[in-house]
Amino acid sequence: MENPEKQKKVLLQGNEAIVAGALAAGCRFFAGYPITPASEISELLSVRLPELGGTFIQMEDEIASMGAVVGASLAGTKSMTATSGPGFSLIQENLGYACITETPCVIVDVMRGGPSTGLATNPSQGDVQMARWGTHGDHPIIVLAVSSVADCFSITVKAFNLSEKYRTPVILLSDEVVAHTRESVVLPEDEQIRVFDRVRPDVPPEWYKPYADNNRGVPDMASFGDGYRHHVTGLVHDEKGYPTQDPQEIDQFLRRIHSKISKGFNEIQVVKTFLMEDAEIFVIAYGSVARSALRAVRDARKAGIKAGLLQLVTLFPFPRKSVDTYLRQCRVAVVPEMNLGQMGREVSRVNQSDCRIVKHNKIDGQLITPDEILKHLTTV
Amino acid sequence: MKNEERYEIRFSGSGGQGIITAAVVMADGAGGFDNKHVCQTQSYGPEARGGKSKAEVVISNSPIDYPKALSVDLLLAMNQAACDAYFFDLKPDGLLIVDGGLVQQLPTSRSVSIPFTKIAKEVIGRELVANMVALGAVGFLSGQVALGSLEQALLSRVPKGTENMNSDALHAGIEEAKKIDLDALPRSVLAEWDDEL
Repeated sequence: MENPEKQKKVLLQGNEAIVAGALAAGCRFFAGYPITPASEISELLSVRLPELGGTFIQMEDEIASMGAVVGASLAGTKSMTATSGPGFSLIQENLGYACITETPCVIVDVMRGGPSTGLATNPSQGDVQMARWGTHGDHPIIVLAVSSVADCFSITVKAFNLSEKYRTPVILLSDEVVAHTRESVVLPEDEQIRVFDRVRPDVPPEWYKPYADNNRGVPDMASFGDGYRHHVTGLVHDEKGYPTQDPQEIDQFLRRIHSKISKGFNEIQVVKTFLMEDAEIFVIAYGSVARSALRAVRDARKAGIKAGLLQLVTLFPFPRKSVDTYLRQCRVAVVPEMNLGQMGREVSRVNQSDCRIVKHNKIDGQLITPDEILKHLTTV
Repeated sequence: MKNEERYEIRFSGSGGQGIITAAVVMADGAGGFDNKHVCQTQSYGPEARGGKSKAEVVISNSPIDYPKALSVDLLLAMNQAACDAYFFDLKPDGLLIVDGGLVQQLPTSRSVSIPFTKIAKEVIGRELVANMVALGAVGFLSGQVALGSLEQALLSRVPKGTENMNSDALHAGIEEAKKIDLDALPRSVLAEWDDEL
């Protein structure tokens, strides 16, 4: 606020801010199929991408959309798709392909009520465990959650950076409330934004091993067409990219694609804390519910209750270290969610202290209100 | 709990009345042009027209946590059903503004009744811009946005070729609102005997 002249605010919807963030991060390819409440992302990118020399394709469905996204990324272009629950179900097959081929890409899921067609225009957080485990097999994945229009910009940039750095798909979970809320925000200038691009090979083409391990666990990635021979398969493969049945190679490969993520925990596992220093009771929340929780915590403080908020930005890999720290500090943790306890279960799983866990679950298609959370804070 | 730092406006009516557009323009005027913190939300059904339509704008000088209305300072009701459905959490000293031609039963005498739809039809010539007539009144009576900012926001968001019509509608609403003496209204939306309980 120091320099109001420079800080011109713009009124943006969450979905519009995701578009701005994606473009700032260097996304130049989008394939998707329209669906409420994610359609504005496609709509806006269909205008913006061609202006920037990028490509927008409306595909026949979400299965094909995800295939196109993987293909574009293999060809060297930062790629994204955006959908909601029903479409998120369809992308799962090719999402697994992106995991095993270590193809960077970002998948936005704007959550609405489910299952199936469910509630098209209402918010939900019902896709959280699906984001983690929707595609089959033990696979690494990063799942981030946004709670405001400002988040939609900055976390989208982060999603692209992590996907490029770790060669992994990143799921960005939004919900109907965040997607359609308009807020006045100041977007950072281009020079203030840190953008990470995938590391490309600098060895002669004949030396290139597309899946060779290194100290980061993330192989250098050549683009299709720039001269490096590069075999891509959904079968478990050796370091040259060819299918293998060798137990040692299989084990090595699968452990590497998991450990490359765990090596980056410090950077990947993001949380925000509000009033946690002296908190005795705290709320663990994410997405739009984190905003209700923040209000509830402030109201509780006014009533003399030492309450705090731990907001999860990264849902998976589950930020166990931060959660554990505060579970040991506080006597009660309230976990409000617009589902039947998908993250609450994770919190219970890691709880090794005497902290009592109170779950507040709402599945009527309405955002959890501050009062509902405050009631727990004042009575437990 | 009082939330003095927030000013909350709820626009309500039926789908197709331009409720959400009016709220977006209000939010853009206060947020984009006046540089305040704003959150604008809405709820709507899967149908394109008909059904209840509700949009809210929260305006504050500090960052906004909960994005939806907690207790409403100003309720605009563009029909009776919306007035009945959304009056319940208006603050006691909040203000009810209704379309006088479409809302006959008023739940409180602390209300302002202006025939927005009739004005749009008779003065501007298009019923379509009733939302902008109402926005003019809301903008003026709320005191939350510079009227110049409101007009700039409107001009930047309406389809090309409709600027004059929309801006005339906005001004018609502002002029009508100027005739209202808010001090002459009862202090509370509650009936007088409520205070004695």
